Amino acid sequence: MSSIVSVRNLRKAYGTGFEALKSVNLEIEEGEILALLGPNGAGKTTLISTICGIIVPTSGTVTVGGHDIGTNFREARAMIGLVPQEINLEPFETVINSVRFSRGLFGKPRNDAFIDEILKQLSLFDKKNSKIMTLSGGMKRRVLIAKALSHEPRVLFLDEPTAGVDVELRKDMWKVVAELKAAGVTIILTTHYIEEAEAIADRVGVISKGEILLMQDKADLMTQMGKKQLVVDLQSIITDVPAALKSYGLEIGQDGKSLIYTYDTKGERTGITTLLNDLQKAGLQMTDMKTQQSSLEDIFVGLVKETA
Amino acid sequence: MNLTAVASIYRFEMARFFRTMAQSIVSPVLSTSLYFVVFGTAIGSRIESVEGHSYGAFIVPGLIMLSVMTQATSNASFGIYFPKFIGTIYELLSAPVNFLEITLGYVGAAATKALFIGVIILITAFFFVDISIAHPFWMLGFLVLTCISFSLLGFIIGIWAGNFEQLQLIPLLIITPLVFLGGSFYSITMLPPVWQTITMFNPVVYLISGFRWAFLDTADVPVGLSLLAIALFTGACLTAIWWIFRTGWRIRQ
Repeated sequence: MSSIVSVRNLRKAYGTGFEALKSVNLEIEEGEILALLGPNGAGKTTLISTICGIIVPTSGTVTVGGHDIGTNFREARAMIGLVPQEINLEPFETVINSVRFSRGLFGKPRNDAFIDEILKQLSLFDKKNSKIMTLSGGMKRRVLIAKALSHEPRVLFLDEPTAGVDVELRKDMWKVVAELKAAGVTIILTTHYIEEAEAIADRVGVISKGEILLMQDKADLMTQMGKKQLVVDLQSIITDVPAALKSYGLEIGQDGKSLIYTYDTKGERTGITTLLNDLQKAGLQMTDMKTQQSSLEDIFVGLVKETA
Repeated sequence: MNLTAVASIYRFEMARFFRTMAQSIVSPVLSTSLYFVVFGTAIGSRIESVEGHSYGAFIVPGLIMLSVMTQATSNASFGIYFPKFIGTIYELLSAPVNFLEITLGYVGAAATKALFIGVIILITAFFFVDISIAHPFWMLGFLVLTCISFSLLGFIIGIWAGNFEQLQLIPLLIITPLVFLGGSFYSITMLPPVWQTITMFNPVVYLISGFRWAFLDTADVPVGLSLLAIALFTGACLTAIWWIFRTGWRIRQ
């Protein structure tokens, strides 16, 4: 796959000496969904704003579809749709006029059928003639998305699209994102919700203190860093791990009625078969068992803690 | 040139004007009527004539200029300040438009509104005094140029302003005094010699003088000088705006 957004040695420093971005390099592949995770103030929004042209970089280059964002800003920006983190909308204007305005601003001829289609997709069609100030927070966020999609972007930046949004709307938004991906749109989203990245992203990047700490295929990341645990529920309470089982590094569950075995899924042998045999030999009666894999959240928290 | 974008900004801004159409018209009509009642009828009846014209007719160009200048400045400054204030400016900054297109859209709309109000005041004036327009073409030309140049100035103020107080500050502290002292209500020749010289440093004098010439065929300063003054003023504003967008001053971090 070829990269549609290419960020090279991007640096942003402010007069105060604060470095919001420290030489960031990033290749975003066409058609992928990339999730950028990071704590507050990590530089996620600065990175997005710089690519979109709102912030002027101190040094480094960014190209979008091969167009430099400085010298070929028209071509570069025409390809980008941006959904900002804050709900920035003209309150007295109607939904439809606000969305039409966005399309026109990006130089696209008026196309009411297309805009109606977007509004329907975002369940905004009933509200098209409502003033934005009369809409709920979630609806306003949809208007922001409609505005960004109005000019048919090939790259869509969603800056914390589901912050403060209820579960239902979040699921709706994931659906829209999936539809856009199917239509070939490249999507970059920043999020606080790790479950969001886990649910919809193809690749995950972690940013902290203006640096990209990690950028990896989500599945790879989870298998590479993910450890699996086997939890065996026991019939009776135990206080000590039997001596015969010491070599497995077992932990006793909180209630004392379970044993937890941590293993590496990448390993040639997981050791599960021998463990189960040994458990039987040790005379432990099993009532149930389950496996669990560490989530992206565990990985993320571990990573950010390491660099702190 | 992204003309679609210019048209979009223009339409969006004009929609704001039409939403508040009644206010936009009622307020200038009312204030002009008051000026005519107070200056034209009450005080004007005690003034025989100014440079051969009835006082009521003499103040018409000045009154129009007063409203047009303040309206153009406030419309344009609000037009660009409001997106900054509510945050919608992100869209302008991330759109494939350059400074010229943004300026054309916002300043064009502000100038149109000011022109609209100028024409309404002119029509209102017809109900109070006998007006003859000696040079209609030049009258329109001066009016349009003033609308544009003061909208440019307002645009700069809107970008500069960090809060609503600052937005009001320049019009209140600079434009209103300059317009009032620029010969809206009197001829420069009515001033003592020292003040006549000082007044020459007020750029508004040249605009009002030129505009009045278009109506009454009499002027305080040569018409050519008036045209030069308005051209210089427009050029200075355009240069400032070009610099603002090139450096991202107060807009781009």
